[in-house]
Amino acid sequence: MTASEKDIPMVQLLSPEGDFSVPSEYAGYAEFIKELREEDFLKFYRDMARIRRFDNEATALQRQGQMGLWVPAVGQEAAQIGSGHAVGPNDHIFPSYREHGVAITHGVDLMSIIKMFRGVNHGGWNPEETRFHLYAIVLGTQVLHATGYAMGLNFDGKVGTGNKDEDLAVITYFGDGSTAEGDVSEAFLFAATHKTPQVFFCQNNQWAISSQVESQTTVPLYLRGDGFGVPGIRVDGNDVLACYAVTKKHMDDARAGLGPSMIEAFTYRMGAHTTSDDPSKYRDETEYEMWKSRDPITRFEKFLRKQGIGDEFFAEVEAAGDQLATEIREATFALQEPSIESMFNHVYSEPHPLITEQLAWLKGYEASMGGHEGAPATEGDVNYGGAR
Amino acid sequence: MTNFVELSIAKAINAGIRKAMQDNSKVLVFGEDVARLGGVFRVTEGLLDEFGDKRIFNSPIAESGIIGTAIGLAMRGYSPVAEIQFDGFIYPAFDQIVSQLAKLTNRSEGFVDMPVVIRVPFGGGIGAVEHHSESPEAYFAHTAGLRVISPSNANDAYWMIQQAIKSRDPVLFFEPKRRYWQKGQVNLDEPPQDMHSGRILRAGTDVTIATYGPMVVTALQAAEIAASEGRSIEVIDMRSMSPIDFGLIVESVRRTGRLVVAHEASTFVSISSEVAAKITELAFYHLEAPVLRVGGFDVPYPAAKLEEKFLPDADRILEAVDRVMAY
Ligand SMILES: Cc1ncc(C[n+]2csc(CCOP(=O)(O)OP(=O)(O)O)c2C)c(N)n1
Repeated sequence: MTASEKDIPMVQLLSPEGDFSVPSEYAGYAEFIKELREEDFLKFYRDMARIRRFDNEATALQRQGQMGLWVPAVGQEAAQIGSGHAVGPNDHIFPSYREHGVAITHGVDLMSIIKMFRGVNHGGWNPEETRFHLYAIVLGTQVLHATGYAMGLNFDGKVGTGNKDEDLAVITYFGDGSTAEGDVSEAFLFAATHKTPQVFFCQNNQWAISSQVESQTTVPLYLRGDGFGVPGIRVDGNDVLACYAVTKKHMDDARAGLGPSMIEAFTYRMGAHTTSDDPSKYRDETEYEMWKSRDPITRFEKFLRKQGIGDEFFAEVEAAGDQLATEIREATFALQEPSIESMFNHVYSEPHPLITEQLAWLKGYEASMGGHEGAPATEGDVNYGGAR
Repeated sequence: MTNFVELSIAKAINAGIRKAMQDNSKVLVFGEDVARLGGVFRVTEGLLDEFGDKRIFNSPIAESGIIGTAIGLAMRGYSPVAEIQFDGFIYPAFDQIVSQLAKLTNRSEGFVDMPVVIRVPFGGGIGAVEHHSESPEAYFAHTAGLRVISPSNANDAYWMIQQAIKSRDPVLFFEPKRRYWQKGQVNLDEPPQDMHSGRILRAGTDVTIATYGPMVVTALQAAEIAASEGRSIEVIDMRSMSPIDFGLIVESVRRTGRLVVAHEASTFVSISSEVAAKITELAFYHLEAPVLRVGGFDVPYPAAKLEEKFLPDADRILEAVDRVMAY
């Protein structure tokens, strides 16, 4: 237990040993688990295992120079898969930059994420189609966007109509460190005053690069929204069932017009902040070991085995993981280099003379450089003169 | 006997900050991850052990908060050295910088001064994701009340950071992040010059290239290539983007008659726009050709795979040299 865990109520339905039990005060949440069938449980496991395999493959690709950077989500699978599956198919998701797990629950092509971190583009998927909005690298900005979107749902009369198929809500993801940004506080206030259909989902993974969560706040984060009028709850972020149930309840409430709420998923960033980071500079190996014993995937496997799910299933999931890794690897190698035009496309929605002029100039320049196209001169290797 | 040491730009800034902290107990260092980690580029590495957590500390991840509290600390007599982790994350602090920090001396009619340094690793070329490769210096140079400088080598890095910390005005200190590991000799005894004057790094007679920060190395390479083709290029490291040492550029242009201004930032309404306008005004009768600008295109900084097409390289500078020579 870390200091911030002591005496703080937290919704947990699965013990680290994989035993399911419902403390009476959380009976309301457990209702949502009762509705689940075995295939839902298996899906949760599959998705968690899948995203971890994907994540490890992406890290390997980065190490081999195939990606500019990778941002691992290892350790946060339960928080992401559990909450992601609780979001309705028509709800909207405003992620930060580590939500690869949430992405697969909404059918986002994982290669879109690979492309972005490989340096091919800045995202480029259609958020209206996937309902999973673009990754936000500038911390906290997406939280306000989510709130504005949710205000729009209110204005459109998409909230609290009583028609479950029509009502919509928004969920936004952000980290413990990001709560410090003014944008996040402002979002709480807009959300509360507009009574937006919205869940603020904070993944407290204990670290913001090298800053421990205790250095970023003296009050548990789930209480952050309270003063603004956004009540919060802490959930065990390594318990996929608790994450599912709590998110489901709060999203349902939001859709029903009960207003915004905050969920703090208490979890752990098991990997580095990114592949550029070296956590041994600032954190203790023993902390990692402690959290490893709470690994969300191992925990859920224990639960499933206790339900009688056998080796066959786990072997099948593993094989599927290998298959996915191969596919991702091959697709990464097959990615096309972006064209010069793509740098000038969509800067504006309507024509702009400066863009037209500069693209034309660059095309002419590239042509005059002859052999240079596709192999731009680097500083050590300047091929000047040949084309002149 | 003069003391020289060889340092990288990152280590030179570190040594400069250390010296400033030793010389003045009011110097405080803060920002995201600057303490134990030493910043994501390790520029402040080791300072925590030497000075303790009252002199250097991690701030919450709140850029407006970082600059806003730096202002309050300056009012209280401290000399804050605030780090913004990457160029693209300075914007949440924009109001605190341009409307508060920049204006307090003026609003108080001189009763309040603002000896605040904002360190910003800037520029591209490191294969980063979005928002980590930008060159926002023109926004700040456009704002009265702010001084804006950028070192291009280790010796300048060591001295200019100390000069910035000593200044009673706010200074935006742009660090050329892709050159952080470039080594050079640092003279520990004597500053080369003040932080706002430019310097001729290479003498030439045909064309002047004025540039700053990470592009200085690129301009020197261009000059080298041009020399091999029989063209003589003068390279000026501007060092300061506000104020600009126009005198030095004018003096150079009087001799060469041709000027190319280069930087990574997009050219529209940029530092090079200002230089072009001003030099046209000050040296009109000495110019043989219009002043040309070489910079990034006027598009958002592209994904990493395209940054080599976006960033000016020696070839792009030489293309402009060809054009000024053609007049
Ligand atoms: C406005 C802004 N400031 C600084 C950064 C640099 N930065 C990137 S991630 C990060 C830490 C974020 O921590 P947290 O919100 O806890 O999310 P986590 O990375 O742990 O998922 C920082 C400081 C940024 N991306 N945006």
